[in-house]
Amino acid sequence: MGQLFGPTNPAVDAGWQHTHPRKGFFTDTSVCIGCKACEVACKEWNHVPSDPDPQLLGSSYDNTGGLGANTWRHVAFVEQDAERIARARRSGRALVDLGMPSVGPPPGRGTAGASAPGGGADGSAAGGAGGSTGGADDYGGLHDAARLGPPVSTGVPGDGPIDTTPPDTPEFRWLMSSDVCKHCTHAGCLDACPTGALFRTEFGSVVVQDDVCNGCGTCVAACPFGVIERRSDGTAAPGERGPQQGPTREGGIAQKCTLCYDRLTDGQQPACAQTCPTESIRFGNHEELVATARERVAELHARGMTEARLYGANQNDGVGGTGSVFLLLDEPETYGLPPDPRVPTADLPQMFSRAGWAAAGMLATAALAFLGRRR
Amino acid sequence: MAECHPVGFQWVTEARARGAKVIHVDPRFTRTTALADKHLPIRAGSDVVLIGALINYVLANEKYFHDYVVAYTNAATLVGEGFQDTEDTGGLFSGFDPETGQYDPSSWAYAEAEGGASAPDRHHEHGQTASGRAAGDTHGSGGPPLETAQVERDETLTHPRSVFQIVKKHYARYTPQMVEQACGISAADFDYLARAVTENSGRERTTAFVYAVGWTQHTLGAQFIRAAAVLQLLLGNVGRPGGGIMALRGHASIQGSTDIPTLFNLLPGYLPMPTADQHDDLDTYLHAIASKEQKGFWANADAYTISLLKAWWGPAAHAENDWAFHYLPKLTGPHGTYQTVMSMLEDEVEGYFLLGQNPAVGSANGRMQRIGMAHLKWLVVRDLQMIESATFWKDGPEIATGELRTEDIDTEVFFMPAASHVEKAGSFTQTQRLLQWRHQAVDPPGECMSDLQFFYELGKRIRARLIGSTDERDRPLLDLTWNYPELAGGEPDPEAVLAEINGRYLSGDKAGEPLASYTELTADGSTEAGCWIYTGVYADGVNQAARRKPGAEQSQTALEWGWAWPSNRRILYNRASADLDGKPWSERKKHIWWDAEQGSWTGLDVPDFVADRAPAARPGPDAGGPDALAGDDPFVMQADGKGWLFAPRGLVDGPLPTHYEPQESPVANPLYPQQQNPARLTYPRRDNLSAPSAGAPGSEVYPYVFTTYRLTEHHTAGGMSRWLPYLSELQPEMFCEVSPELAAERGLTEYGWATIVSARAAIEARVLVTERVRPLDLGGRTVHQVGLPYHWGVGSDAGVTGDAANDLLGVTLDPNVLIQESKAGSCDIQPGRRPHGQALLDLVASYQQRAGLAAETGNAHLTDPDREQVVPTPAEDDPEQEGWQP
Repeated sequence: MGQLFGPTNPAVDAGWQHTHPRKGFFTDTSVCIGCKACEVACKEWNHVPSDPDPQLLGSSYDNTGGLGANTWRHVAFVEQDAERIARARRSGRALVDLGMPSVGPPPGRGTAGASAPGGGADGSAAGGAGGSTGGADDYGGLHDAARLGPPVSTGVPGDGPIDTTPPDTPEFRWLMSSDVCKHCTHAGCLDACPTGALFRTEFGSVVVQDDVCNGCGTCVAACPFGVIERRSDGTAAPGERGPQQGPTREGGIAQKCTLCYDRLTDGQQPACAQTCPTESIRFGNHEELVATARERVAELHARGMTEARLYGANQNDGVGGTGSVFLLLDEPETYGLPPDPRVPTADLPQMFSRAGWAAAGMLATAALAFLGRRR
Repeated sequence: MAECHPVGFQWVTEARARGAKVIHVDPRFTRTTALADKHLPIRAGSDVVLIGALINYVLANEKYFHDYVVAYTNAATLVGEGFQDTEDTGGLFSGFDPETGQYDPSSWAYAEAEGGASAPDRHHEHGQTASGRAAGDTHGSGGPPLETAQVERDETLTHPRSVFQIVKKHYARYTPQMVEQACGISAADFDYLARAVTENSGRERTTAFVYAVGWTQHTLGAQFIRAAAVLQLLLGNVGRPGGGIMALRGHASIQGSTDIPTLFNLLPGYLPMPTADQHDDLDTYLHAIASKEQKGFWANADAYTISLLKAWWGPAAHAENDWAFHYLPKLTGPHGTYQTVMSMLEDEVEGYFLLGQNPAVGSANGRMQRIGMAHLKWLVVRDLQMIESATFWKDGPEIATGELRTEDIDTEVFFMPAASHVEKAGSFTQTQRLLQWRHQAVDPPGECMSDLQFFYELGKRIRARLIGSTDERDRPLLDLTWNYPELAGGEPDPEAVLAEINGRYLSGDKAGEPLASYTELTADGSTEAGCWIYTGVYADGVNQAARRKPGAEQSQTALEWGWAWPSNRRILYNRASADLDGKPWSERKKHIWWDAEQGSWTGLDVPDFVADRAPAARPGPDAGGPDALAGDDPFVMQADGKGWLFAPRGLVDGPLPTHYEPQESPVANPLYPQQQNPARLTYPRRDNLSAPSAGAPGSEVYPYVFTTYRLTEHHTAGGMSRWLPYLSELQPEMFCEVSPELAAERGLTEYGWATIVSARAAIEARVLVTERVRPLDLGGRTVHQVGLPYHWGVGSDAGVTGDAANDLLGVTLDPNVLIQESKAGSCDIQPGRRPHGQALLDLVASYQQRAGLAAETGNAHLTDPDREQVVPTPAEDDPEQEGWQP
């Protein structure tokens, strides 16, 4: 068994001998247009069943609800008024202020962030601050930048003073964001699976083997993001609707995004990333994507959009960072994402150690009791 | 654009990433707005006020591109003395004929060089006949004809009869205050827009206008687009990279289906369909299209027409029989889709083909469409799915209300399954006139076949039946060139069709060889071409539309990706991208330029100009056609070589865009006593009632504005999306979008049900209460808008069904192109679901009764000046006043 928490290369950790770079997504919600092409392309490629009785959910233009056995990509629609926008900007600003001397390149310094301890202008300070418990759990990732790859420029050339005044707060905005399985560095589903149906691929992703899974559902409770789910009855296969509905494909077993494993092994990119018209969903080497994501946050910060922040880019968070990294424009909860996800197994050593102490204590007590009796 | 053209929106996203500013003018907040820099919510149908105010801003603040405007537009041209502007007459241009409700446009003509106004001549077609054949459609590839290119000009732009002064005067009252009052856009927001557009125009920069075709769906739709054209010409944003006005079409290859038309009034390449009695022989027809004396390439329309007749009838078309011109059918009146439906109701139409069209859901006044189809003897529906237009006879809304009974309907319906776009090869022509070849991916399943094969087969069978016929009327069918090589499965080779469209030499050394350009076409029968503007797409016998050289391997213009008509030009009128001397206006915006050493035009694109015409060339007064183009006449398809700010011909409802209210509007026209477009086409019938407009008795019964639109998840009337589970589940139910304020006013519950009632119908929809729809403040008065997607229909075969928004619409048309007004109407909205059966008809009737509707309501061409209404007096706006200066 490999590491249970903290930064690691999950594929190597899982015992892969080769040197595939870890693959992942960077979903930049600031350019998402909510077209849902990712949802449809995912379903088409992976033969994910459609909803047999679709209804208006009452959630703006979202009628899918959330990730599940039959939704491996999900686009959230969030309508916000001026007050909510200002709050998002303030909370983002607070994150920036925690780790960054200023927004944008500091005046008088050539390469922003090059020597800035604790992050510099790379936006790594962004993340869900709410619910953070500090230390390794801090999803804001205040201290990870120095360790995580090379410093990143803000994308704003020149040494001159940069106007960092935020743009006029709009009266209204419509956030759209495509959610997907996080392919965690420390995946709860995988660690909890008793049958070995879930496995870590050579690309660092986490995939269910349909023919091994026995549908026990242990993984469902172990996922801190609520992504994986068993495919229950009452779903229809593509093209089959209503009464003519046939038997459900892969019914009863756990289902989730595979990072299009079958496409990756053929040198293709996942269907959602390929279809995304605005490059909101990018697929690639995880390390490079994280660097790109940091640049993008810095760029948005330089334009005064302090609400921009990363989600999942911190290796020291409760799941060791995620393979799918997101750029959000508000706190994670706004998009239905947990602010402080934590893999259950992260606490395993502590639990074992406590259990050990408890056992030792009990033994000691028992021993004492016997000893005392003899006396 | 993000909503309806998400794939194309990637370029907007990319432009924005490079610093472009995106401003979204739309009644609702859409997915486009979500990524725009600024949203300007506008009252549906008030667009000419907004664009007119921008024109006024540009003129009053001298923000126009002076050198461009003087040399390349008709700003300096003088208009005849007989012309009167709407500003002089309370809302009408000179020449209105109250008898017919149409204009006699002869007084809009240019002054002739000899002085004095030009006399009305026989080519100034009266609006009544021009409208009848939707003559505006014929300008798809160039302007209308003029007798001569000899016009009077005043390059100081000060003459009171100069186009420049006329335009300036016409828009002087289109002020920011007027914008606020008519559009609901604040002066501050207008100022933002005006600055953004003008600061981003000039030598170094260009601004583009992009619209979806909803912009045209108004009783003055053609004038909306014209208004944008006037503004773009004033700013020098036409014929230059990054400029222009882009129409985003509603389907793939809609551009292609007007180039090679599926319209009743056009022949390929925008040659007009001849009209009975007017164009009985070829000479009369050709003379009506274009004069040999006018400037530019339209003067060669004889070569285009004769080559088309040769392509269709081969050896049977020869000089002795007028190139078989008499084989062409002639129009006897308007045969647009709505007139045809009204003829169906009169039992004048026996049969109807529906090809990828679902009028039972997609056309205005759906009830009229469905009942009309029930009068047919036969109906052929070719579609991918069993759409509502194929099943209305058993499950349409009129069956539910009892207005139609299945057993009474005699229509025989043939459903022919069609091949989808991946199951056949062919070309798509997109909005930039770019032809891109599509290869077949899979064979069509079962009995599905392509439209090409269907019609080829139908033609073969009809011709087989006619063999041996001596009836003269069968000659056009029997003499058709109707032999294409067939691929496996009987599909005619689509490349052979493309080669015929491209055309070939018929005689001489090159006989049989493909033509390379439309300039090679002749009027002597030695060439043939199925669509002159497409000539060159099969140059050298190569399918140029199938070229796919990656962008990185060629210049930024990407001339080797696909093929653009005409002659692979990527930007039309690109002579305007260079200054008068032929030098680029700026290095940043260079496109083509004059190479004095070589004596020719050169650059990054195919020059849209006579290749060796020097910038200083000034041909004599006797020249005609391309020879007459001066070195500074960039608009080579216009009869005078200039961009038209003022249209002396070609439009039937006025030479300048003027604001009129929609057919139904709760707002009185703030500019003129004339409420609606006086030349709009109305159909006063009991089954096509209109709500009274502002102030008229009964208008309070339908107090709200509704507008219809599309969602990303669905495709138009749903034939390509409501049967697909993966798309249906994303937007499963019909809904309406209302502001929280309107929801409160009418007691609508979020995600509950509402009933929307117009003068024609009542439909139900779930309610999305959202701040994305805002009540508009029109100078103190609040106007509420109701947004309605139109993808759902009543039927039993689709995966998801619902009431059709288009049932609410009436049929009132733009007189230039016969487009219906479907983006603005009047309605009421009430909480709860609608009744069913007879009770539904009673509900609609009770509204009609309360409003006192009669067939004539709202249909007078001229607004009665004494009618009961409050016309706000337009403020005497001085351009100098506060809030106006940039």
